[in-house]
Amino acid sequence: MEDTILNTENLSAYFGDNRVVNQVNLSIPENMVTTIMGPSGCGKTTLIRCFNRIHELIPDTRVEGKVYLREEDIYAMNPIITRRRIGMVFQRPNPFPTMTIYDNVIAGYKLNGIALGRGESDAMVENSLRKAALWDEVKDHLLRKGTFLSGGQQQRLCIARALAMNPDILLLDEPTSALDPKAAAHIEQLIVELKKTVTLVLVTHNIAQAGRVSDVTAFLYLGELVEFGPTERLHTAPKDRRTEEFLTGKFG
Amino acid sequence: MVQDRGFAVMVVALSFISIIPLLFILFYIFSNGLSSLSWEFLIEIPRPVGERGGGIANALVGSFILVVIASLPAIPVGVSAGIYLSEHRDSKLSSLVSLSVEVLHGTPSIVIGIVAYLWLVISMGRFSALSGGIALGIMMLPVIVRATEETLKLIPDSLKEASLALGVPYHRTILKVVLPAGLSGIMTGILISMARIAGETAPLLFTAFGNPFVNWNIIKPVDAVPLLIYNYATSPYPEWHAIAWGASCVLVGLVLIFTLVARVIARRWKIQF
Repeated sequence: MEDTILNTENLSAYFGDNRVVNQVNLSIPENMVTTIMGPSGCGKTTLIRCFNRIHELIPDTRVEGKVYLREEDIYAMNPIITRRRIGMVFQRPNPFPTMTIYDNVIAGYKLNGIALGRGESDAMVENSLRKAALWDEVKDHLLRKGTFLSGGQQQRLCIARALAMNPDILLLDEPTSALDPKAAAHIEQLIVELKKTVTLVLVTHNIAQAGRVSDVTAFLYLGELVEFGPTERLHTAPKDRRTEEFLTGKFG
Repeated sequence: MVQDRGFAVMVVALSFISIIPLLFILFYIFSNGLSSLSWEFLIEIPRPVGERGGGIANALVGSFILVVIASLPAIPVGVSAGIYLSEHRDSKLSSLVSLSVEVLHGTPSIVIGIVAYLWLVISMGRFSALSGGIALGIMMLPVIVRATEETLKLIPDSLKEASLALGVPYHRTILKVVLPAGLSGIMTGILISMARIAGETAPLLFTAFGNPFVNWNIIKPVDAVPLLIYNYATSPYPEWHAIAWGASCVLVGLVLIFTLVARVIARRWKIQF
């Protein structure tokens, strides 16, 4: 088995008294794409929001169990550090509307007050935009506002912004659900490309997308991890009846 | 359809009626006041009764000082309270703050003047620009709090999450992401509140008191444009009435400028999400 980078132990997450993630044990392999799929409301987004400790920011929520990044317990770490090491891209593109494209890419440094030399930040912007396959489209207007870009470009800008922090893991929360098919395909290509340098965790309810881009798939149903294994095996020979029913479109 | 038409005509007619008072006010003020206006009117101080000429420089300087004194505490306190209200919608403190702001907004300005008189004028033993400025600052507060709160509530949570997910601490997220995104709305609120207090007379009657000379010392009495209008318009001298009309012109002009600038800012600086 490959090296695991992120481990959960009996991870549960609550909204008030409502348990939306239920005793999940999951091992995310390094430098691969892991998909978390399941019907709407199955807790998949909440699950990954526990990985970068964003879930706890909503009032009246709670997390139980452990999450380890390599050997470190992230709930014993400073959440600020956790979030710098585990980046996130959201469902709807959310570039900072007051910032230029350039500043959006290095926003993680600017907002944290980390000083970058001119050459350093130029290189980082170019590098991150290239990784996010956006460089060629925006290199001539880096000083325009990020919100002028199309939805798909904005989403790639958000990916570049997360990559600029050099995270160990990049969490993608249904990153294509707000995009048109062409822009979505572009992002999918990018995801496959990115796994060379970063571990990706992709949340999606799109079965075909999970099949196309991921190496490992977890199927989550009603907050429970039903099945977890290599994508191909899970898609062709699911062990659990619920996985099979989901894959064949009986619910979801 | 006929009923709809009647309704539409009524709505248009009534909304037209709503602009008539403003037109009348502007017409009266400008027809009576424009003749008093001149450069000297703005830079000279009033002359003794019986002498022609003289200006309202004392009141302009006083109004300026009062607005500055009012803004210095009211802007940071108001913006902070607005941030608190938009960030903590369900806490006990926020409903208390919200209620206080509402009550403060409805408190008659003369009452605020009396409170400032009791707190500051009596304890300092003198009328002063400081006491007047504080009274006006209390009046600015609810407008700024509400404007900040309403503006920040419209900013999508996804923006805040984007920043937090980059490992940006909460306070930096508020200061560097949320506030800049709401800047136009907050600035508009601040300008509107300034325009509001620039025209207030009642809270100044027993605080700033009035002063026929230009005074920059904040612990001495100052004049203010509305206060001067009040004093001169109620005097028996026709030449003072003329000055009151001219000062009204200046005051309405200033309020119009503030309001227009606020509108321009609201439109130009509007952030698209």
